[in-house]
Amino acid sequence: MWLRSFLRSMLLGVPIGVTFLDTVGYVARVEGISMQPVLNPESKNTDYVFLSRWSVKDYNIKRGDIISLVSPKDPNQKIIKRVVALEGDIVSTLGYKNQFVRVPEGHIWVEGDHTGHTLDSNTFGPISLGLVNARAVCIVWPPERWQALVAKVPEHRMPVSSQI
Amino acid sequence: MGFAKIFAKTIGFAGYALQYACFTHCTFEYVGDFVMCSGPSMEPTLETNNILFTEHITPRMQRLRRGDIIIARCPTNPKQNICKRITGLPGDKVRGHFRRSQYVPRGHVWLEGDNSGNSSDSRVYGPVPQGLIRSRVVCRVWPLDKISTLSQI
Repeated sequence: MWLRSFLRSMLLGVPIGVTFLDTVGYVARVEGISMQPVLNPESKNTDYVFLSRWSVKDYNIKRGDIISLVSPKDPNQKIIKRVVALEGDIVSTLGYKNQFVRVPEGHIWVEGDHTGHTLDSNTFGPISLGLVNARAVCIVWPPERWQALVAKVPEHRMPVSSQI
Repeated sequence: MGFAKIFAKTIGFAGYALQYACFTHCTFEYVGDFVMCSGPSMEPTLETNNILFTEHITPRMQRLRRGDIIIARCPTNPKQNICKRITGLPGDKVRGHFRRSQYVPRGHVWLEGDNSGNSSDSRVYGPVPQGLIRSRVVCRVWPLDKISTLSQI
């Protein structure tokens, strides 16, 4: 009899939990050094960030936001990067096949803060907005690293020209 | 029949509606849903205002095959969906812009509409990342006199 009530509460709880994670947001572990020094500044600590799905539901992303997106090289993997340019902006690239790129309609240019140790738009080009998964709002663990993540493009990576 | 009792019944009803909404969301997101398509790019296979039944299981398990009709987010406008056929998987050689040949990169697919003359697809915007694919079309359910399966099950 306990099994039946357990299964019933699973049947009720799982859809609510899954809908909450899909609609509101969830906590995720950050791996890798591509976003140093903002995330994972020393190799011994891994940060856990809160990813907000609610704030990207209308796709209004701003320059400087840290977002998680589905990797264009592997649809099973998610990567976390900073938005540097929006559609219409012209960026000066680091190691891409063209020196200057105009971000096409419906696309964005993302980069990791740790230049040289990151797989980002400088490798695979502008990415479609449809791949954006969530926006990283704040670091939630470990407690000494509690902070809100600020939307700011590094000075030396500002787009060459911006379309407002 | 006090105010408290009406309030309790309302809360109970709201909880029931919330469970129902969450269950519906999970079904439409992870199992299958119905889609109405518009536009000429998949004629004669699909016509405007056909309602299709699509499933979300195969795309999530990476079991898409050449020839599947899929619904994906439009690469140039994430709020729109496109319905096209997969004509190239990673590693295939395809013919794109200005008849130039290229290989489909890893993690992408090549989409083409059946109505070659009137379809804006990968020949225009290039290979599409698999992360944009939402679901695979299984069969048409409306109009009723044209019910048919459209992809191999």
